[in-house]
Amino acid sequence: MKLRRDVFQAISDPTRRTIITLVAASAMTPSAIAENFDYSRQTISKHIQILTECDLLKQEQKGREIYYQLNPKGMKQIADFIEPFRKMWEDRFNTLEAVMKSNMHEHKK
Amino acid sequence: MEQKTKIDVPDGGQELVITREFNLPVELLYKAYAEAGFVAQWMGTKVLKLEHRNHGGYEFETSHEGKVVFKANGTIHKVVPNQQIIRTFEMENLPSSVHLEFLEFEKLTNDTSKLTIQMIYKSEEHRAEQLKLPFAYGLNLAHNRLEEILKNLK
Repeated sequence: MKLRRDVFQAISDPTRRTIITLVAASAMTPSAIAENFDYSRQTISKHIQILTECDLLKQEQKGREIYYQLNPKGMKQIADFIEPFRKMWEDRFNTLEAVMKSNMHEHKK
Repeated sequence: MEQKTKIDVPDGGQELVITREFNLPVELLYKAYAEAGFVAQWMGTKVLKLEHRNHGGYEFETSHEGKVVFKANGTIHKVVPNQQIIRTFEMENLPSSVHLEFLEFEKLTNDTSKLTIQMIYKSEEHRAEQLKLPFAYGLNLAHNRLEEILKNLK
């Protein structure tokens, strides 16, 4: 459960969202990612670390370099996160429709 | 089954949009929000106050086994019958929940209509808190269920 909360915190930061967008296109090394920002390498490394810990990114060793790419498992958790919220509204609106329909019929009688 | 209710959470924003099409004439859909009796029925809540007019307001309270479990209130800024309601919404004891709501009612056919609710939060973080709510609520339910099972074991 803690993991889920962290996933949400992870994507609440604009820099981390940009990193996700970058690596979504293709796997990248930390230095290639850092080149897209004005922040220090260290700052970007910290963001990458958080994203990795939350299962949003995964590492892949290619020769001497480490590449980061999207982790579908973590990204699915974000989609799942919205689902209970959507379900809550779906239930609510289904009730609204049923209640109002019964009132409509009462009305016509 | 097709998902009738859609939630749009624009990346990096502080708003979210809920859309739903109903097999109801738009007048009836609007009434579900405008008349206290209907609100109480479909929301399963007690309507303490509903002044459905420009510069009006509302107060809802839901109890479960004698305890108040949900209390919400807001200011109704503007109402346009069968078209629009602009209001604020706040869950008491949850200051992060205060947000602005634009409810747009749209006639599709004589018997169908569409509701679009645009919710605007103070910040992206506040929006995230709201998205987490049903999740937390689900956990709560699971916890209560567990308590029940444990009680029965005694």
